[in-house]
Amino acid sequence: MSEITALTIAELQAGIRSGEFSAREIAESYNAAVAAARALNAYTVETPKDALACAEAADKARAAGEELAPLAGIPLGIKDLFATRGVDTTAGSRILKDFRPPYESTVTANLRKAGAGMLGKLNMDEFAMGSSNETSAYGPVISPWRRKDGSNAAITPGGSSGGSAAAVAASIAPGVTGTDTGGSIRQPAAFTGITGIKPTYGRCSRWGIVSFASSLDQAGPMARTVRDCAILMEAMAGFDPKDSTSLDLPVPNWEARLSSDLKGKKVGVPKEYRIDSVPAEINALWDRGLEWLRDAGAEPVEISLPHTKYALPTYYIIAPAEASSNLARYDGVRYGLRVEGEGSLNQMYAATRAAGFGAEVKRRIMIGTYVLSAGFYDAYFTKAQRVRALIKQDFARAFEQCDVILTPTAPSAAFGIGETTDPLAMYLNDVFAVPASLAGLPAMSVPGGLDGQGLPLGLHLIGNELDEQTVLNAGLAIEERAGFTARPEKWW
Amino acid sequence: MSVTADQVRHIANLARLAMSEEEIERLVPELNNILGWVEQLGEVNTDGVEPLATVVEQKLRLREDKVTDGDCRDEVLANAPVAEHGFFAVPKVIE
Repeated sequence: MSEITALTIAELQAGIRSGEFSAREIAESYNAAVAAARALNAYTVETPKDALACAEAADKARAAGEELAPLAGIPLGIKDLFATRGVDTTAGSRILKDFRPPYESTVTANLRKAGAGMLGKLNMDEFAMGSSNETSAYGPVISPWRRKDGSNAAITPGGSSGGSAAAVAASIAPGVTGTDTGGSIRQPAAFTGITGIKPTYGRCSRWGIVSFASSLDQAGPMARTVRDCAILMEAMAGFDPKDSTSLDLPVPNWEARLSSDLKGKKVGVPKEYRIDSVPAEINALWDRGLEWLRDAGAEPVEISLPHTKYALPTYYIIAPAEASSNLARYDGVRYGLRVEGEGSLNQMYAATRAAGFGAEVKRRIMIGTYVLSAGFYDAYFTKAQRVRALIKQDFARAFEQCDVILTPTAPSAAFGIGETTDPLAMYLNDVFAVPASLAGLPAMSVPGGLDGQGLPLGLHLIGNELDEQTVLNAGLAIEERAGFTARPEKWW
Repeated sequence: MSVTADQVRHIANLARLAMSEEEIERLVPELNNILGWVEQLGEVNTDGVEPLATVVEQKLRLREDKVTDGDCRDEVLANAPVAEHGFFAVPKVIE
């Protein structure tokens, strides 16, 4: 039965339908795997009963000869940023300790409608602010991967969807939800040798997802294969009147239209992404990725995204500004932590927020408050919004010459926990991921190979607005050629 | 531009974050480091460029003026740190 956790979601779907195994067997296998993997600190809450109840419904439906919903009997891990009715939803923060929403996020409700169950809530950087999962109030997630040097040093799974990434890599969830504000799906996917896609901004409803930076936040799936991501994304996406930025468009049949034949497609290679400080093995993998896409019929073209170097500083104005505004709601009045302070209402607010937020969240609230404050708003925030327009324009021009863009996902392989302490150095992790976020474009990371230490490296595909299909298809072409079958050796 | 300890204290107050002097002293160089780095945006010529707030163009929708939610006071109050008589309770605001 342990092999069940080695199967893809597509294989689980087929196995349930053919009767090769029951949904109950799937839920039991995964519940046991989750309970046996607590050393990873990937789950903040385990919900084995939820997974079993969903399995029972699927098995009953099958026994009654009913048509099964697409994800019937598939248990998933849910990032702790998604509101789940009656189940702790803390965004990895002390300030939301014990918060149990009386409502369900649209994305998780969509997954439930599609038949999926829940294995538990997944650890993450506090309010999705971090690239290493070290800012979580629950402590860092430990990657299932280890370096080959024999040191057994704890490695980060990346962030902010670090619990999500570690869960898929360790086979303690067949698929998970993530969210991506500036790389939070793609960088951890790359660090853990899995696949993750952020769709076009607006494809997935933000309703019921704890807000970080509203003009950037977007949910997406993380799983073992491109096909599994397509399956999950079809279930997660869709118009939602409760989110004013939700796209009122039908959800494409991404899975049915998967094709790794890229004849006639042009792959853009942005010259500005060739950075000297990036390790040679990452640039070598990038070249290999291009060869794989050429082999699939695509034609490489050099493109220019001239404002690339300004993307990170633009992001680190806009995202903290929006965060400082969004996080104003944590005031100790309506939900979450309250610390009384010295008596006045203002002192209660300040004491609550001082005790409830961690260092990185406070740093970003401070930056955001500063760049929005009187006298600085135009110099910082409006300026960043103007540069953001130029970054979007760069991509629009590039997509006149190509159909999809290939880059590395991250400028390094996963690093050790505690190894990166300078905030600015941490921010640089998302140098390749952030531009697509600022432009609202769909982007995916697929595993490409291992570095010299045996740690995974990812390749990054960016598509034009609403063209998730080309991103998925190019990802599939890479997946078929990379032959990435490496799995972390089980030590937990 | 660089921030002083006084400005950091002012920002912390605007953000309603209680901070010790030690924290403020630590944040001054950290924030200056980050602000110094983001100031490279000054190099970019943005004359005539409209600030971008909505990344994917779409029309603002109107909805029917109909009540679709509500009548769930107890659920709304269920997570309150302190609730009294069907209200959120806060420290006294008016003497």
